[in-house]
Amino acid sequence: MNVYINGVGSVNAQQAGYTSNFLAEIQQTEQHSIRSIEPDYKAFINPTLIRRMGRIIKMGVASAKMCLNDAGVEQPDAILTGTGLGCIEDTEKFLGAIIQNNEQFLTPTSFIQSTHNTVGGQIALMLGCNNYNFTYVHRAFSFESCVQDAMMLLAEKAEQNVLLGGVDELTANSLKLIERLGHLKNQPLTNLNLFNSKTRGSIAGEGANFFVLSNTIAATSYAQLLGCKMLYKPENINEVTESLQKFLQENKVQASDIDLVLYGYNGDEKYERVYTEVSDKLFNKSTVAYFKHLSGEYHTCNSFAYLLAAHILKSKSVSPSILLNDKKRAVKTILIYNHYRGINHTFSLLTAC
Amino acid sequence: MTKRVVVTGIGIISAIGKNTDESMQHFRSATSGIGAITHMDTVHKNNLPVAEVKYSNEELLSLLNISNHKSNYTRTSILGMYAAKQALESAGIHSVKEKKTGLISANSVGGMDKSEVFYTQFLANPGKGKISNIVGHDCGDSTEHIADYLGIKEQVTTLSTACSSSANAIMLGSRLIQHGLLDRVIVGGTDSLTKFTVNGFNTLMIFDKEACRPFDATRNGLNLGEGAGYIVLESEKSAAESGKKIRGFLSGFANANDAYHQTASSPDGNGAYLAMSQALAMSNLQPTQIDYINVHGTATQNNDLSEGIAMKRIFGETVPRFSSTKSFTGHTLGAAGGIEAVFSIMALEQQIIFPNLRFKTPIPELQLTPETELIEGAGIKHILSNSFGFGGNNSTLIFSAA
Repeated sequence: MNVYINGVGSVNAQQAGYTSNFLAEIQQTEQHSIRSIEPDYKAFINPTLIRRMGRIIKMGVASAKMCLNDAGVEQPDAILTGTGLGCIEDTEKFLGAIIQNNEQFLTPTSFIQSTHNTVGGQIALMLGCNNYNFTYVHRAFSFESCVQDAMMLLAEKAEQNVLLGGVDELTANSLKLIERLGHLKNQPLTNLNLFNSKTRGSIAGEGANFFVLSNTIAATSYAQLLGCKMLYKPENINEVTESLQKFLQENKVQASDIDLVLYGYNGDEKYERVYTEVSDKLFNKSTVAYFKHLSGEYHTCNSFAYLLAAHILKSKSVSPSILLNDKKRAVKTILIYNHYRGINHTFSLLTAC
Repeated sequence: MTKRVVVTGIGIISAIGKNTDESMQHFRSATSGIGAITHMDTVHKNNLPVAEVKYSNEELLSLLNISNHKSNYTRTSILGMYAAKQALESAGIHSVKEKKTGLISANSVGGMDKSEVFYTQFLANPGKGKISNIVGHDCGDSTEHIADYLGIKEQVTTLSTACSSSANAIMLGSRLIQHGLLDRVIVGGTDSLTKFTVNGFNTLMIFDKEACRPFDATRNGLNLGEGAGYIVLESEKSAAESGKKIRGFLSGFANANDAYHQTASSPDGNGAYLAMSQALAMSNLQPTQIDYINVHGTATQNNDLSEGIAMKRIFGETVPRFSSTKSFTGHTLGAAGGIEAVFSIMALEQQIIFPNLRFKTPIPELQLTPETELIEGAGIKHILSNSFGFGGNNSTLIFSAA
């Protein structure tokens, strides 16, 4: 069975939505957080609903709708949503009201919208879609768990279109917490220099990236998705390289076949060694690229890397903005290797159709 | 289904006890776990009954032999660790490394029990609040603590689809085995009582000020509960290799979306109807072969009517015997599907149907009467268990006797 990406939709920090000139213009910022450039939601969501929706819901639902339009799919056979922190704006709103009003005079809207599966539920509601609808909420496995599930669904039944996406939002409070946890840079930096920063911390981000995965190739196909694997808490770099080699074998791909590797470098010197060692040991002939200076770090930011890989494979062009070491190879096969704080490691393989 | 998936272990903690024996004693003596709030500091303390686990975090940690002074475990994690460990032991698994063993856990509000302590200080001053009280906020935190406690590495992930969360974790686990990605998997969910959920459901005005009365004409809402329930699923091959006792089969499942309203169920129970009928189709069973339904049965006006209508659409005038064990445990949200899966296996093994407490009068539109007394020697081969959640998320599991 082959799996194809037949449509994409996105609310990201680089352009409003996704168009074929993605990354033609790069957003530069000195902020330590990168917010999404939000599209005109009226084009995707019933205007009477927009006012009540939290940002994450708007981003997620609009991105999903964009994606279905792109794939020419009206009703997906399944809806899978991944989110690390869910609807934190509404969670904070309701929590704040409980604390400030001493548990009295509360209204239900923010509580209802705080539920982790609100985005997936709202997509189903908008489409009138009665099909399978799961929401994964496991840190930097949230989006990848959707991919794993989608690949099983596509293996179970022919001619299926699965809508899946990763979505997370930043709020003023969550940014403050990321800072207090020491996960944010504490010196001046422009996002485009993230890789070279050689200090602790990263820059925070948010976004919603959706895909239609199908077991049927289409005129709209971007790329073929060969596989996705999650590795939980490897004890050392050896375990990572062994797992990665096994993953390549399972997908019948040689390390030398990988034209470009998209690494999850986030500018935090503590977490870059594993990428560099994997790169030197297994992929020293592959072009080295990264993406978190364009998306920021968030639990589901690997969905942005998928968008980027899909874009590269369809457009047959690589934006210079992501290159760290260009081996000038025509890009047919891409490996994405991301990890979150050394705990959640994921490998994904995409190839041209 | 191509490959049969078997149940080899069960583990539970809820308001009616910290294991299956204690739970069974409560069922036999018709003693519910619903009562006054004791562990939580809330203004609703004396006027909203809940179904609390009767142990403090410190007591639970000491039952687990974990020295608590070093840990910052949320209650969600502790309950999950407690029940998941029990499930693993009940399956006779001593080493999780010898086969591909995974953990799929679910919950609805993660480590909210600690987040609300943190936010009280943080909102007054963004520099304040103990940072260790917020690191467990996300839903994945408890799953990683459970995985680390049990030594599980192969596959670790978390689902959250409100009140159907852990039923969905069970489905995913089964599919991972059927696809050959795992040999065995601990699946279920955990949730603790929090001010967040107590106040949230209170704003929806769906709390009963008394102990709840599922499927009764005068039902007036739900009681929140807390706890954790996990089952161990294995491939038939894996169970046979270790000569393990098969406790039951997961013979069918389905998830469907009601696509009607963010919180309310549709008047024709469409999502519930689809989930039940698709699960039946997968199990290759006729509706007449279902011997007992462990209903979602929250005791809200909306759920019980909608679920009952969906049951009648499937089963016609011969609806199988049914009961809501939420009349004992309260509604444990993200843990409910796991807890009720454990009850389903207990019912199959001991051939018992649990009573639906406090039922008197059928809902006029339905005229359906649940079982109100405990039934022994029930002659049950197939049990259907429902879990429905916000976002129109409807799930059905079918368990069959070994």
